[in-house]
Amino acid sequence: MSDHAIAAPLNWRAPTNEARPVKAVLIAVAMLFLGVFLLIPLLVVFVEALSAGLPAFLNGLSDPDTVSAIWLTLLVAAISVPANLVFGIAAAWAIAKYEFRGKTMLITLIDLPFSVSPVIAGLIYVVLFGSHGYLGPWLKAHDIQIIFAFPAIVLATTFVTFPFVARELIPLMQEQGTQDEEAAVSLGASGLQVFLRVTLPNVKWALMYGVLLCNARAMGEFGAVSVVSGKVRGQTNTMPLQIEILYNDYQWVAAFAVASLLALLALLTLIVKSALEWRYGHELSNGHR
Amino acid sequence: MSATATIASRVAPRFSWRQPSVIPGFGLTFGFAITYLSLIVLIPICALVLRTMELSWQEYWAIASSDRVVAALQLSFGAALIGATINLVFGLIVAWVLVRYEFPGKRVIDAIVDLPFALPTAVAGIALTAIFDKNGWIGRFLEPLGIQVAYTWLGVVVALTFIGLPFVVRTLQPVIVELDREIEEAAATLGAGRWHAIVKVIMPSLLPALLTGFVLALARGVGEYGSVVFIAGNIPYRTEIAPLLIVIRLTEFDYAGAMAIATVMLAISFAMFLIINLIQAWARRRFGYV
Repeated sequence: MSDHAIAAPLNWRAPTNEARPVKAVLIAVAMLFLGVFLLIPLLVVFVEALSAGLPAFLNGLSDPDTVSAIWLTLLVAAISVPANLVFGIAAAWAIAKYEFRGKTMLITLIDLPFSVSPVIAGLIYVVLFGSHGYLGPWLKAHDIQIIFAFPAIVLATTFVTFPFVARELIPLMQEQGTQDEEAAVSLGASGLQVFLRVTLPNVKWALMYGVLLCNARAMGEFGAVSVVSGKVRGQTNTMPLQIEILYNDYQWVAAFAVASLLALLALLTLIVKSALEWRYGHELSNGHR
Repeated sequence: MSATATIASRVAPRFSWRQPSVIPGFGLTFGFAITYLSLIVLIPICALVLRTMELSWQEYWAIASSDRVVAALQLSFGAALIGATINLVFGLIVAWVLVRYEFPGKRVIDAIVDLPFALPTAVAGIALTAIFDKNGWIGRFLEPLGIQVAYTWLGVVVALTFIGLPFVVRTLQPVIVELDREIEEAAATLGAGRWHAIVKVIMPSLLPALLTGFVLALARGVGEYGSVVFIAGNIPYRTEIAPLLIVIRLTEFDYAGAMAIATVMLAISFAMFLIINLIQAWARRRFGYV
């Protein structure tokens, strides 16, 4: 092959390649498009957050309402993400390790929350638990507040992040088959032992991948949470809702300061995600390799 | 093996709708998954549909066909369509460049394509507004040209282009990787120019992935709320998207109105969901890939 290349004239190109100027133009167009739509928005968040100097930035973050929004966001994610993690494992186990009728239907239903608008994700809980909803009168009689309170924020967040872990695990575990588990069972392992010693080590990076994306969405969800939260300052405002309030109050620096924290989280998510893809791509489900 | 055999024989008659397996835990995991799925997703969605069915057909139609609702649905759908089309063209170029060419910084650029998935929509919303505002980084150059993006329908298109960006790129990339170079070589040996080979040989095999990415971006755009409400200006009949109208109806305690719009949008998303599955079924038959 190498003497072939030497014999070819300098401006020779393989007929299955584009000409060099075409390549350059295509790369330039791609970079320009990604620059305008991805890089500049990311950059502007940090520039605006620090536009009035570091003290103003820190001042914007130390507002008590903002601090409570940060805590609420962490707390909501700390409930929603583990809940969807347990579901993801259970669903993937049931779907990948057994053959039963209606499996395709079940997989489709698990993906359903991705095709529902976030606003509708909030609305369905208002219909169920709101004062005009099915369970509204009963909840009121028992003095239980779900809508415009913490439980509804957790529910809405859980809904929008529902498929993340399951959809990472299902294809991978289906691909891996059942032979390892069957061998472990035949050697006398219990169900829990099979999962912890055989299955989990095979899917741990995919699990982490799903949790990572699930968490990013959980902490950043805006539409669904804004419908059910009631937006009580210092009480039912998550970070994205706090950004909206600060922004509408013309507190630009504070709004972008909170936004920069979430942008940092997004960057961190992308870095860890890419690291997982590069390092353990062969242990993730198809499409991430 | 005798223990496994007894398990299998014990389980098999009870669950005739599934094949017997020696692996324990089906009842527990399947039961939990179904219960959790029902509680979080299925029952609440059914509640919305049932509640909406309490409206008479005339009431429902009056809400769904009112000028403001139609205008909002048109804007959501139209802007998502334009955004998805922009992503179709540029997403193809980005995916092609990322798979076929080598250049410095390629891995970082590949990673950043997923930013719209990772960046919270509210953050994207205020960032895009700041950029396309008439004093913003890009807006100030468009202002003298008479182009106003922020607080117009163009702003909605910009936000939905951002949101839909990863879909086309990420559905295309694995397909371009799998493209058989020998087919391109065959086209070249048969005398096809590069352009001819791209149009007649490469494009047809990319078509299902292109369509899937397009519909995914479209579906996401129609329902998108967070990134749009900041940049849209939210003027009724003009820059008010359908999800925002649901929120407005809710704050007015007009539950019937909110639910009617929501069920129209649900129907639209299910239709698109169906279309994606049909495209993929067709692609599997025709090209042997998803």
